[in-house]
Amino acid sequence: MTRKTALARAQFEDRFFGVLRWFVIAFLVVITVLPFYYMVLLSLKPIDALLLDPGSLWISAKDFTLSTYQDVLRSSDSGGQGFLKFLLNSALVSLGTVALTLVAAVPGAYAVSRLKFFGSRQVSALFLAVYLFPTTLLAVPLFVIFAKIGLSSNLVGLAIVYVAQTVPVTIYMLKNYLVTIPASIEEAAALDGASRLQTVRKVILPLALPSLMATGLYVFMIAWNEFLFALLFLAADPDKWTVSLGLAQLSNGIEVPKTVLMAGSVVLTIPVVLLFFAAERLLTEGLTSGADKS
Amino acid sequence: MTTAPSGATQRRDTDPPARSASPGRRPMTASRRENRAGLAFVSPTFLVVLVVVVLPIAWTVLLAFQKARLVDIQGMGLFGNWSLDNFAQVFDSAGFWSSLWTTLLYTAGATFGSIGLGLIAALALRKPFKGRGLIRAAMLLPYCAPVVAVAFVWEVALSPQYGIVNDWGRRLFGWDDPIAFLSTRAYEVHLLGVHFDIPLALLTVIAFETWRYFPFAFLFILARLQAVPDTLEEAALVDGATPTQRFRHILLPQLMPVIALLSVLRFILTFNKFDDVYLLTGGGAGTDVAAVRVYDFLTARYDVGAAAAQALVLAACLVILLGLYFKFFANKVQEEA
Repeated sequence: MTRKTALARAQFEDRFFGVLRWFVIAFLVVITVLPFYYMVLLSLKPIDALLLDPGSLWISAKDFTLSTYQDVLRSSDSGGQGFLKFLLNSALVSLGTVALTLVAAVPGAYAVSRLKFFGSRQVSALFLAVYLFPTTLLAVPLFVIFAKIGLSSNLVGLAIVYVAQTVPVTIYMLKNYLVTIPASIEEAAALDGASRLQTVRKVILPLALPSLMATGLYVFMIAWNEFLFALLFLAADPDKWTVSLGLAQLSNGIEVPKTVLMAGSVVLTIPVVLLFFAAERLLTEGLTSGADKS
Repeated sequence: MTTAPSGATQRRDTDPPARSASPGRRPMTASRRENRAGLAFVSPTFLVVLVVVVLPIAWTVLLAFQKARLVDIQGMGLFGNWSLDNFAQVFDSAGFWSSLWTTLLYTAGATFGSIGLGLIAALALRKPFKGRGLIRAAMLLPYCAPVVAVAFVWEVALSPQYGIVNDWGRRLFGWDDPIAFLSTRAYEVHLLGVHFDIPLALLTVIAFETWRYFPFAFLFILARLQAVPDTLEEAALVDGATPTQRFRHILLPQLMPVIALLSVLRFILTFNKFDDVYLLTGGGAGTDVAAVRVYDFLTARYDVGAAAAQALVLAACLVILLGLYFKFFANKVQEEA
């Protein structure tokens, strides 16, 4: 290739990718935002308007309704779907999971990141090996155990299962952050006479707060969105349903219009999306820290 | 696990001055103290993982070799009733092999799709422009939104009766009949006079999985991309490398380790995925992935033993595939890195 054609090719490619880039960005925005716009849109329409014109991407003023939300949120006693109750259940389970997971994972993450001890390398490998096993594999014995000790259809039992699923990734994320805290800070605390436990509580944890929040948020997201175990454990007891499960069961009801289903989806999605946007930077950094060093 | 390293007693004998310095117990060395502290700190976490993860998995292995239905388990001991019937049942049951094949296609397709799309997105959003932060955040929506909600949005949007996709398809592309994306096992396509079937429902769930998890790949690849030193690319630019050449010879080798890591991670997670397929198709129309079968064994027949055996076979397949992967590709990836 002569220099001239090479330059021509470079110029052509520069221009081509310069244009293509914007098409790609537009495409990505459409596929990520449009489904959520569609979800909100349908939730604000009566079902007749949807059936009449399934392809419309806006909503006329006379069609606009909030009755779908009323239907979804009203308690089942007054003829609604009782999603307020489900929201409360989901919040309890998710927050409980976050608290339990952090309590269980912080000491381990600290030990793995900081201390050399007998079996330290094997332990961190073991924590990650947990993900090799299918969730469904865990589901079988937990289903049986909980049926036996009466923890099935119990929110505490569900939170324990979620802890099992989130502890490994929590350790991994926390560890990645903790190794970036200089050891000299800890040594200074030790020189001042702080015990190891005091150092962790008064020095390391405050420093790791951003990471703790990011990790907690991620765990919250996992617990809030989880569906399989909620279905396995709680399906028999409508009082204990989480929002995800409530929504799935709602879709099985024959006479429930799709617009109400979409209102339920919005109710399920909003808390987690709001939290996510509030802490997006924190979360993405917490998740990918370590990835840029590999 | 033991708190005292085996070398400790020997060291004490060969080191008399230290002993005479302290008349009672010899003070622990820093490394021994660290060892103790490490074990003390890790044990609560280890205990939790042991109780809620390791023991249940061990019990699954036992259950898989026992005749166990949910009603029997109440009165059953931990051991006993040994049999290989469960495995025989799993391997003989109708559709086991086809289900495994479906799982493989689904996993490979979704892994490839999500990482590919994530890579494209990361490259497109690499250079700063106005509003990039907002778009980057929007890009993560499919990943953070609850699976139940987004599955229903897809279901409604793809519905033949009231879905927006079929409506627009009719208007813009002149489709004659609405297409039932989620319940068509094989869709007949006529292209240039050739007829062939495409597994439409399976492709749709792969598309869903790709859509839902490309943000995950996007995040990791973008983070890595921004850590690539500018000087490398500038040098290539001075040498007259075109954008495709710069990507192929500069960026891709830098990205290879993170892409390899993502491939393994996404493969494992997708292979075990249950809720996406269950919610979209219920495992019908040629999308009966193995994880959904485990669920069916467990809830439809209350056959715990068979469910455990099926889950175990699934895990074994995964381990074999990963073993193959590491045997053949791990070295290559390391060389590239």
